Amino acid sequence: MSRVTPASIPDTQVMDRRNLDWYVDKAVQVLVFVGGVSAILFIIGIFVFITKEGFGFLTTTFDAQEFFTSPRWRPTSEHNPTYGALALIVGTASVTGLAMLVAVPFSLGAAIYIGEFATGKTREALKVLVELLAAIPSVVWGFIGLSMMNPLIIKLFNVPVGLNVLNAGVILGLMAAPIMTTIAEDSLKAVPDGYREAAEALGATRWQVIFKVVLPAAKNGLVAAVLLGVGRGFGETMAVLMASGHSINLPTSIFDSVRALTATIAAELGETAVGSDHYRALFTLGIFLFLITFLINLTADLVVRGIRKK
Amino acid sequence: MVEADRSSAAETDEVVSTAPVKVDVRNLTISYSGKTALRDVTLDIRQNEIFGIIGPANSGKTSFLRALNRMDLFIPGMKVDGSIVLDGREVRKWRNVYALRRRIGVVFPLPVGLPMSVYDNVALAPRLAGIKKRARLDPIVERCLQRAALWDEVKDRLDSLGSLLSGGQQQRLTIARALSQEPDLLLLDEFSIAVDPVTTMRIEEVLKELKQELTIVLVTNLVQQARRLADRTAFFLTGELVEVAATSALFSGEVNDERTRAYVEGRFG
Amino acid sequence: MFEASDLNIHNQRAEKLWRLLFLMMTLLLILPVLIILGVLIHKGGPMISIDFLFTEPKDGMTAGGIFPALVGTVWLVAVALLASVPVGVAAALYLSEYAPDNWLTRAINLAIINLAGVPSIVHALFGVGAFVLFFRFGTSILAASLTLAVMTLPVVIVATRESLQAVPQAFREACWNMGATRWQTIRKVVLPNSVSGILTGIILEVSRTAGETAPIMFTGAAFFLPFLPQSVFDQTMAMSLHLFVISTQVPGVPEALPFGVALVLITMVLVMNAVSIAFRMVLRSKKKW
Repeated sequence: MSRVTPASIPDTQVMDRRNLDWYVDKAVQVLVFVGGVSAILFIIGIFVFITKEGFGFLTTTFDAQEFFTSPRWRPTSEHNPTYGALALIVGTASVTGLAMLVAVPFSLGAAIYIGEFATGKTREALKVLVELLAAIPSVVWGFIGLSMMNPLIIKLFNVPVGLNVLNAGVILGLMAAPIMTTIAEDSLKAVPDGYREAAEALGATRWQVIFKVVLPAAKNGLVAAVLLGVGRGFGETMAVLMASGHSINLPTSIFDSVRALTATIAAELGETAVGSDHYRALFTLGIFLFLITFLINLTADLVVRGIRKK
Repeated sequence: MVEADRSSAAETDEVVSTAPVKVDVRNLTISYSGKTALRDVTLDIRQNEIFGIIGPANSGKTSFLRALNRMDLFIPGMKVDGSIVLDGREVRKWRNVYALRRRIGVVFPLPVGLPMSVYDNVALAPRLAGIKKRARLDPIVERCLQRAALWDEVKDRLDSLGSLLSGGQQQRLTIARALSQEPDLLLLDEFSIAVDPVTTMRIEEVLKELKQELTIVLVTNLVQQARRLADRTAFFLTGELVEVAATSALFSGEVNDERTRAYVEGRFG
Repeated sequence: MFEASDLNIHNQRAEKLWRLLFLMMTLLLILPVLIILGVLIHKGGPMISIDFLFTEPKDGMTAGGIFPALVGTVWLVAVALLASVPVGVAAALYLSEYAPDNWLTRAINLAIINLAGVPSIVHALFGVGAFVLFFRFGTSILAASLTLAVMTLPVVIVATRESLQAVPQAFREACWNMGATRWQTIRKVVLPNSVSGILTGIILEVSRTAGETAPIMFTGAAFFLPFLPQSVFDQTMAMSLHLFVISTQVPGVPEALPFGVALVLITMVLVMNAVSIAFRMVLRSKKKW
C-alpha cells in the first residue's frame, strides 16, 4: 500500500493557474449579481424616495383621522387646506369593485374556455387576442372611456354625464381582464391531467369535471388572479383619471362621478410647488398606494406559492 | 465491516497492479441536501487502467464521477467529504477548477449533442483552451471524430447540428468532444444506454486502444461490459463500496462478499 | 336503460350550454378590442397622412401633425431600453444561471413581482424624487426614460429568464464538464440559444414603454414643444401624453384629431406586440433540439 507519487505524473502546479478566463468569469458573476440585487434596490429606492418627499407632511400637517375619515380633499384652499382622502379611497374602491364585478366572471369564463374547451388553432388565436387586449396602453383606454363610453352611457341610461363609476369600472374591468385570464388559465393548466382523467373515468361529464375537480384544485391560482386584478385596478392611473369624471364625491350610484387616489396625484402634482404641503400630501398618497399594492402583491405571491408547495 | 472490506480490497489490488496511482480516493462521502448518496469510499485508480464500477441504480456511481471533477461546486445541495487526490494533488485544493476539469473527459448516460454544428461541438474544448486557428482545429476535430468512430458518418456534414444527430451518433460525438479536451482521465457513465449494440462494440474497441494513453473510469450497469473491458472493478451498492478486485477475480468467484457474487451472477440488480 | 340515456342526453345538453356560455364570455372579452380598433380606424383613419406624421402641431395643438411627439416617444423608448436591457438581462442571468435557492433569491423574485405591481403613478413619484430632484437630471428625457426603465425592468427580467431556462440543463452540464467556466457556458451555449427569446421580450418591453403616460408626465414629457429634443437633458413631447393633452386639456380640438393620435399610438403598440408574438411562434416551430 505504498502511495508514493511517481515522477511521471503531470505537473499540476503549472496547470493550476488562474487565467484570464477565470477572472472574467468571476467579474461576470459579480456583475450579474449586482443586476439581480438591483431589483431589490429599486423597490427599496422607490419606498425611500417617495417617503423622503412625503415625510415632511407625515410628521406635521398629516392627521390620520382626517385622512381616512374626511371626504374633504381641499389642498389648495387658501385659508384652511384639508387633506381628507376618504372620497379618493372610496372612489378608487368603487371603481375597482365594479371592475372586478365585470372582470372576474368574464376572465374566469374565458380562462375556462381557453384552458378546458378550446383546442389547437382556436386556442392559440384566443390567447393572442387576450394578449393584444393587455397591450392597449392605459391612456388609450382613457380616451376610449372619454370618447366612446361617455356618449354611449349618456344615451343608454339617459344621464347627464357619462364619465362616472360605471364608465371607469367597465374600462378598468377590460384592462384587468387579460392578466386575470392569463393567470387563471395558467392555474387551470397546472391541475394535473390525472385528476381530470380520474373524474372522467368515474363517469363525470366535462362540466362536472370542471366545477367539481378542476376549479377547486386551481382555487389558489384563481384567488391570486383576482388579487392581481385588484392590484391592477388600484394602481391604474390614466384610464381612471380620464373616465371617472374626476370629481370629489362619495358616490351613491354607479352614475356618480368619482376621483381616484392615483388620478389625484396625476392631476395635481404638476401644479404644486416642490416641498409644499400639497406636494408632500400627494407623495403621502403615493406611500399609501405603494403600501396597499405591495400588500396585495405579497399576498398574491404567498397564495401562488401555496399552490407550488402542493 | 467496512474496515474488513477495505483491507481485503487493498490486498487484491496489490497483486493486480503495480502501476502508479492516478486517483487516490479516501473516505469519500457524498450527500445531496443532507441525503447521503455515497458513504466512506476508499479506493485507488491506477494509471492506464480501465477501472470499472458496477452496481444497480442509486448506488452512488454517478455521484462518484461528479465528485472527481468537482461538479459539487455547480450542483446546489451537493456536498463532498473525504479526499480525492489526482496526480498527487487534492482536487479541492485546485485554485482554478476549470483547469482541473479540462483534464477530465466526461461521457454521460444520455448523449448530449450541443445545439451547434458537429465541427463546433468537437472544436469547443480546444477553442476554450485558446486554439482559434482553423488550421490547427481541423486536424484535432478529425482525429477526435476518427477515434470516436464517427468520422466516416459525419465527415460530409460537419456543419449540421450536433443536437439533431441520431442517439448513437450523438453519444459518439460526446466521446469525440471528451477526447478533444485531451484528457488524461476519461469518465464514462453508462455510455451504452442510448447506443445500439454494434456501436457499443465499436466504442469498446476504441476504449481498449485509448487505455494506452489515458486512465478510464467506466461506470456501467452492464456487468458483462465491465467483464469485457475493466482491469479492476468496484462494486457499489446503495451508497457503499462493497468491494474492489481484479475483474478476472471478481468474475471467477473470488469474492469477499456474497452480495458481489449475487450481483455478478445476475441474481439481483 | 332509458333513464341512463336520458341522463346522458341531459348531460350532453348541459355541457353544450356551459361550453356556449364560456365561449360567449370569452368573445365578450375580446369583442371590445375589435370594436375599439374598428372605431379608431373609422374615425382616426382619415387623419392619417404623411403630413400628419411628419409635421408639428399648429394653432394651439388643434391642428397640424404629431412629429415631435413621435420623435419624442422614440427617444424615450430608446434611452429607457439602453438602461433597462443590460440591467434586466444581468438580473435574469443571475436568477437563471447563478442564484442559489436562498432567501436573497426569494427576495429578488418578490422585488420583481412588486416592481411590476407598483402603480405607474407611484413610479412617477419615484422618478420625480430620485431622478428629477435627487440626481438633478431635471425634467428631461433622461429622468423620464430612467423612470420608464425601472418600471419595465420586470418585463425584461421575466422574459429573459424564461428563455434562458428553456435551454436544457444537460447542455450546461456538458459544457461545464469540459472545463468551461460558467460565463463561457453562457456565452457559447446558453445565450446563442435564448437570444431570440430575449429579443421577443425586449420588443414587448418597447411596446409597453411606448404606451406609458403617468411615469413621464412629471419627469420629462412636455405638453407642447415646437422643437425636437437635442440631447437626453431636453424635455420632449410624447405620443401618449399628447393623446391625454389634446383629449382633455385643450379646448376646441376637432374630434378626429385625438382619434388619429390614438390610432397611431395603438398601431405602434399592437404592431410591436404582433411582431413579438409572431417571433415567438416562429421560434417555437424551429426547435434546435
